[in-house]
Amino acid sequence: MTTVHERVDTFHDNDQKPVGYGRMLRKEDPRFVRGRGRFVDDVRLPGMLHLAVLRSPVAHARILSIDTSAAEASPGVKAVVTGAMLAEQGLAWMPTLSNDVQAVLATDKVRFQGQEVAFVVAEDGYAARDALELIDVEYDVLDPVVDARRALEPGAPVIRDDLEGKTDNHCFDWETGDEAATAAVFARADVVVSQDLVYPRVHPAPMETCGAVADFDPVDGKLRLWSTTQAPHAHRTLYALVAGIPEHKIQVISPDIGGGFGNKVPIYPGYVCAIVASIVTGKPVKWMEDRSENLISTGFARDYIMRGEIAATRDGRILAIRTNVLADHGAFNGTAAPVKYPAGFFGVFTGSYDIEAAYCKMTAVFTNKAPGGVAYACSFRITEAVYLVERIVDCLADELGMDPAELRLKNFIRPEQFPYTTKTGWVYDSGDYEPTMRLAMEMAGYADLRREQQEKRARGELMGIGIAFFTEAVGAGPRKNMDILGLGMADGCELRVHPTGKAVVRLSVQSQGQGHETTFAQIIAEEIGIPPDDIDVVHGDTDNTPFGLGTYGSRSTPVSGAAAALVARKVRDKARIIASGMLEVSVADLEWDKGSFRVKGDPGKSVTIQDIAMRAHGAGDLPEGVEGGLEAQICYNPSNLTYPHGAYICVVDIDPGTAQVKVRRFIAVDDCGTRINPMIIEGQVHGGLADGVGMALMEMIAFDEDGNCLGASLMDYLLPTALEVPDWETGFTVTPSPHHPIGAKGVGESATVGSPPAIVNAIVDALEPFGVRHADMPLTPSRVWDAMRGNARPPI
Amino acid sequence: MQVTMTVNDVEVTREIEGRLLLVHFLRDVLGLTGTHSGCDTSNCGTCVVWLDGEPVKSCTVLAAMAGGHEVRTVEGLAKGAELDPVQQGFMQCHGLQCGFCTPGMMMTARALLNRNPDPTEAEIREAISGQICRCTGYATIVRSVRWAAVHEANAAAAVTETTESREAGEIDNAGQPAGSVV
Repeated sequence: MTTVHERVDTFHDNDQKPVGYGRMLRKEDPRFVRGRGRFVDDVRLPGMLHLAVLRSPVAHARILSIDTSAAEASPGVKAVVTGAMLAEQGLAWMPTLSNDVQAVLATDKVRFQGQEVAFVVAEDGYAARDALELIDVEYDVLDPVVDARRALEPGAPVIRDDLEGKTDNHCFDWETGDEAATAAVFARADVVVSQDLVYPRVHPAPMETCGAVADFDPVDGKLRLWSTTQAPHAHRTLYALVAGIPEHKIQVISPDIGGGFGNKVPIYPGYVCAIVASIVTGKPVKWMEDRSENLISTGFARDYIMRGEIAATRDGRILAIRTNVLADHGAFNGTAAPVKYPAGFFGVFTGSYDIEAAYCKMTAVFTNKAPGGVAYACSFRITEAVYLVERIVDCLADELGMDPAELRLKNFIRPEQFPYTTKTGWVYDSGDYEPTMRLAMEMAGYADLRREQQEKRARGELMGIGIAFFTEAVGAGPRKNMDILGLGMADGCELRVHPTGKAVVRLSVQSQGQGHETTFAQIIAEEIGIPPDDIDVVHGDTDNTPFGLGTYGSRSTPVSGAAAALVARKVRDKARIIASGMLEVSVADLEWDKGSFRVKGDPGKSVTIQDIAMRAHGAGDLPEGVEGGLEAQICYNPSNLTYPHGAYICVVDIDPGTAQVKVRRFIAVDDCGTRINPMIIEGQVHGGLADGVGMALMEMIAFDEDGNCLGASLMDYLLPTALEVPDWETGFTVTPSPHHPIGAKGVGESATVGSPPAIVNAIVDALEPFGVRHADMPLTPSRVWDAMRGNARPPI
Repeated sequence: MQVTMTVNDVEVTREIEGRLLLVHFLRDVLGLTGTHSGCDTSNCGTCVVWLDGEPVKSCTVLAAMAGGHEVRTVEGLAKGAELDPVQQGFMQCHGLQCGFCTPGMMMTARALLNRNPDPTEAEIREAISGQICRCTGYATIVRSVRWAAVHEANAAAAVTETTESREAGEIDNAGQPAGSVV
């Protein structure tokens, strides 16, 4: 079901136009449905060798010795490399995206189970794995730090003794908002509610794991690297810094990527190992991790232990929100976030509400676990922020005896308040929250659902209705504030129109399934009138695309999409001058009619963009000062983020005999401003909602007290199948971003951000007869069962 | 050891190790890289191909076990240039995003429609429950399979109608080859 509610009439979805925005089938699909996608593991080069990584079986241990002799003698083995060997080249450690360092191969000790210890290069993958079994490592096992809440206790084992003078497991402190002002508001509030909440460690688990093919040519000194990266240009720069290969001699190619979800933003040791292996052997080397390696060692998500506090008046006016967070960052701080934002954009935890004060204090710690934190469609920690605020607002509703929808409606930031500066300093660009909320309630039949719930409760049946209303912050970001390792978060775009009026557009961002090859062609088509089928979208090849920071944080549409619109306008401006020469009128006498310039008042006199393209490349004079060709390039520096919003309503039924939760309905109304391709947005939302079901009900990367990872395969790390999710019901409103060239906001992560609190709120609502006010994810049957009996416990 | 099997109607014979998995035989030996590998515990189903017409997870079959049998992969799903209705359905209904689970999903869907041409939504969800998709949230995959079922039924009805028309002496001027699905 799709319900249309348009508030602003200057931007439309328009399925009728032949070129531009609307439901256009994907240009990517024909190759994928024929099995002709080209993923990293499909790359085969002459003489290619295969690399396998030996990983630590324990969470924390000194390495006493490594004996590789038997492995070296194993059939087909070309090289066996240890951390000590990398250290001789200065490559044993590499910088992370958070200005920490991470071991490529462990030298002194291992710091998490699954950490890279050595690698083997062999003629095929089977031989490489055989040889791993023959490497003999002697470990002196140390006590691990597993529980983040005990990481700073005196006497806790120091994980990062590699860092000069480090005597504890403290990673960083961070705060935002006004502590004193917030305390003052809390002191005079009628009602204060506080709640401990854990957002457990989960994993993005893209279906394609991480991998690379490195091909270093010793003759021309050029490194070609096919890899599963969401940020090929940033990776190229980092490899240049790490390996000392000049940047113009590195070509990073990110081919078709089988899903990223933030997992493929960081640089992993395996990539660096493949590069080293190719340099050492003089052959192309492929590294492709398996699922267990992906789950145990690559970027996890979440792992925030939060205390949320909310202050309000007795009649339901929210006054202030305060939170204290303990963040578990694992053994190395590998968080992928703008450097000035160690907690990402968690500062938006005040949500969609107009409040008087807010404050957050955060402490991050090292533990003996894999690095990560920012991943899995979190938009830089907004998943955690939205979960916090939407859970404590529900706790407040419960305390006040108010309907949770009514409480939200009463406290929304009002449309006339935008641009709205939050108490933590974020400037929301636009929003009209109430119509979005009302539409979701109408689609759900909210009043009827509450009546049904009353009837079911009377019969002893457990039904819950959960609401989440979120404001996202996507499109990082303004270069004066936001950079990754010193690289400003702008994005380039290049558009070249060929003589016959076909075009190629080159992007700095990198799709992992989000449909960029289709939607960027639509943006260009909308701006310049060339049909999308005549526009080829090139991305993911650093030799052939302009520099930019890649795809994550739902930033492609806000940043790169803006760049695409503006570069097309730049080309159009030149086309206008050429057209004026062709029609022998001044540029002021021309009007644009999507695909052609015509003379005002004389519509019979016109030239198409295709005519102009030929003229630009052909014989004959061009207007004075105009060069031949029809192309342009720009680098777009956004002035602000975009702030899409949404209203989600979830209906669950719980079997009182088994505590099994069934998500019966899920209504999602999203507002991402101007919609480029409604079909693709719907697909993005569906995927994110399934993430929410997974996180809320099934997924967790757990550890035992020895630091063994208990979620390191799909036998234990449970992802939703078609049986665990309902048929989603989506709708939308349109509130454009005023600062964006086409009014479009990002949306890809909205559903992953917004759905978990809706599901948890529904479950807690269903368990009201048991007096449950909160239960932590993942709400598996056993955890719901315990909650029903008053034994709700944190997951870690 | 030597193994001989039929892959997408072509007989192939290769020298292989006994431990070689069918998924690696297809991808690395034959270069049929449409079949993917997404896990190591037989859960994800991105490697689904047919063994004698039945969907199997090719990561959990030794290549040697396929000796003497017929294997069909995503590359053998279309009939020449004409896409299978399942392939068309996935495109029409946006049943794929990154495309990594798609080959396996389509092979399972085709096998389902072969034995049950008119499956309900619940039957489709059950049929693909051995397969994981991280992008779509499944709803559009269900719609894609239904699209294929409906279009195949319509095409079959059109063929029947055309045959009846011909028998009645009418001229078929639709210009479509019998049985084509547009």
